[in-house]
Amino acid sequence: MRERQASQGARRAREFEAFVAGAAGRLLHAATLLTAEPRDANPRARRLLTLALAHTYASWDRLRGEDPYDRARQQLAVRFARSAWHQYGSFGRPRPSPDNVLARLTPQERLILVLRLYEGVAEEQTAALLGLPTERVHTICARAMATLLHPPRGPAPTRVEVAPS
Amino acid sequence: MNLPEREAAVRRMLEQAPPPVPPDLYADVVRRGGRMLRRWTAARRLMWLVLFAAAVAFIVWASIARPWVEPPSETTPPLTGW
Repeated sequence: MRERQASQGARRAREFEAFVAGAAGRLLHAATLLTAEPRDANPRARRLLTLALAHTYASWDRLRGEDPYDRARQQLAVRFARSAWHQYGSFGRPRPSPDNVLARLTPQERLILVLRLYEGVAEEQTAALLGLPTERVHTICARAMATLLHPPRGPAPTRVEVAPS
Repeated sequence: MNLPEREAAVRRMLEQAPPPVPPDLYADVVRRGGRMLRRWTAARRLMWLVLFAAAVAFIVWASIARPWVEPPSETTPPLTGW
């Protein structure tokens, strides 16, 4: 009995190590995009990733054929949403850190953008994961893309007077 | 630009410069994950223990109090001397 448990533990450790070796790089990149930190100094992203992977490790025996990468990504997204909620009081306030392009977006916009475009999660799944309507996810994603591709110049956009024809 | 082009542009923007993975990540994850797993196991054990204790307490109380037995009547006086 004890021998079987030990061999099972060893197999589990081997499998999990292989999983981490394969997935950690991509997940860390996603986490760094989420927190909008620079790539060399990302303590929040590392902490987020460590907790998400630890959760995956703890529930490794109960995956029952589910994709562990999917699970880890889900944990990452949920934990980020929760921490953003606690940290900024509300989900929508942007972070003042102008050196990163992504820092111009709100945490929610970053989360949806990273899930949809970097991770390639379908709109419906993103909506189900975050508890939002699909149309809302679509709108937020479109707005985030517009902000990234056409960054607002200056503090306030000037209104263009249209001459009556 | 149409939608696929815009999506591709944003994707390219997101995919540049992946951060280096810290070497002690795996050990840290296993340490935390093991702790989490032990905590879950302890919580599950505690839950079963509480459930078992509640069941035993209920059986003992029921066998003492016998709530299914009709209580003796208190309104009719006992029939004596006839």
